[in-house]
Amino acid sequence: MNGVFEKLAEYLSYDFVQYAVIVGVLAALCSSLLGVTLVLKRFSFIGDGLSHVAFGAMAVAAVIGLTNETPVVLAVTVGSAILLLRTGQHTRIRGDAAIAMISVGALALGYLLMNIFSKSPNLSGDVCSTLFGSTSILTLSMADVWLCAGLSAAVIIVFVLFYNRIFAVTFDEDFARATGTKAGLYNLMIAVIVAVIIVLAMNLVGSLLISALVIFPALSAMRVYKSFLSVTVCSAVLSVSCAVIGIAVSLVADTPVGSTIVAADMVAFGIFCLAGKIKSRA
Amino acid sequence: MLEDTKNGTPLIECRGLAVGYDGKPAASGLSFDVEPGDYLCIVGENGSGKSTLMRTLLGLIPPVSGEIKRAPGAGIGYLPQQTEAQRDFPASVWEIVLSGCLNNGKRFRPFYTRVQKQIARDTMAQMGITGLKKRCYRELSGGQQQRVLLARALCAAEKALLLDEPVSGLDPKVTEDMYKLINHLNRDDGLTIIMISHDISAVERAGKVLHVGKTSFFGTREEYLRSPAARGFMKEAEAE
Repeated sequence: MNGVFEKLAEYLSYDFVQYAVIVGVLAALCSSLLGVTLVLKRFSFIGDGLSHVAFGAMAVAAVIGLTNETPVVLAVTVGSAILLLRTGQHTRIRGDAAIAMISVGALALGYLLMNIFSKSPNLSGDVCSTLFGSTSILTLSMADVWLCAGLSAAVIIVFVLFYNRIFAVTFDEDFARATGTKAGLYNLMIAVIVAVIIVLAMNLVGSLLISALVIFPALSAMRVYKSFLSVTVCSAVLSVSCAVIGIAVSLVADTPVGSTIVAADMVAFGIFCLAGKIKSRA
Repeated sequence: MLEDTKNGTPLIECRGLAVGYDGKPAASGLSFDVEPGDYLCIVGENGSGKSTLMRTLLGLIPPVSGEIKRAPGAGIGYLPQQTEAQRDFPASVWEIVLSGCLNNGKRFRPFYTRVQKQIARDTMAQMGITGLKKRCYRELSGGQQQRVLLARALCAAEKALLLDEPVSGLDPKVTEDMYKLINHLNRDDGLTIIMISHDISAVERAGKVLHVGKTSFFGTREEYLRSPAARGFMKEAEAE
């Protein structure tokens, strides 16, 4: 057991591991904040759709040969978020069908582009790491960390300032709208935040597993806690804990970071389900 | 709250209003006024467009045709029919009631003020749900949930309260309490009430009635009970 801690301590002395932990904690924290809202507004599929769009954008950016992909991916994902919400409101194609279309389309296009244009000798490795985030978190630069910290700070500040409005719009959009809350604006804000979170978390768990990071902590917290505030706080704490545990385990056991974190989230969900059952019986 | 009662300008004015979705009217030819202090009951068969009318009055959907004028800054509270999503929502009673105060202030404020919190506390006391403050909404009984949503609506209702089938799914005793409460709000607090019901007995306490359906009607309760619209409606209710 001592050996494990020594190994961890040694890893933590490396810059790139420190970066990974910082980005991991921030991404996990941000992605958990809006989880409850997304689950309850039946918006979780928007998160899923956007993550695939982010993958497509990443592929395009890689093909063009950009050195720093994040700003491009961010712009495309935020743009798609706005578009998805708009089309969901005004067209006759149902929201979920539109999202399924865009998300699968982006996924296919991304892989196609990477296949045709990639000069990389290890194509499947590249694709795999974009989808599952297996190594990218350990190759972050100082600039990535700063960008991530800036975006996280923005997400957290906006979330706190608009917390009461987000609650109102999530609990009962009609009531909020009827009493003068600009629900359309806040829906848009939520979609944009989700887009930012997805780009943030892409480094950590890759685009396929982001939804897990958004949804699992919220679902776990909802099993045990009964108020919006306590659920939000609990899912934030839970998400950060799972990210830290996941990163630690992946370093020691040499497993992929993203899937290890998601596995930790799943275990936590199991525990919270059980705790919820016991609590409701008591 | 009572200032506007004196000058008598209507809170809501509708002329030749048709309401519906995607340009297809569900109900049309509606002309009526809601004056401050009114108790208006909107009745009609299921599917006659009552809820669509309510959503139009609230400004949630645009009218298909006709005119609708709302008094500027009309502080309207709304008691919706409960949705499935709310039934498993993790929220405390306090959080829900307080959310009714969100737009009470004039300026944008990120957090609730002391005044807003006091309004929420007073309203909860008035509704007799102070003891439920920390309870989880989804674990309450139907009648308790309805009171919580009513308290939230009252926090927003500076002038008028719109209720969409406020007693559906409640047992007769709780239904009676609910009607008494609404009556009290109208008579003693001077709150304008607009209530939707598919149940003709809801008309009993109303001052004015709007019947939505094949034959529409607008007038006082006494006039309504003598009208062909009411007779047809009662016949159908008996047939059920």
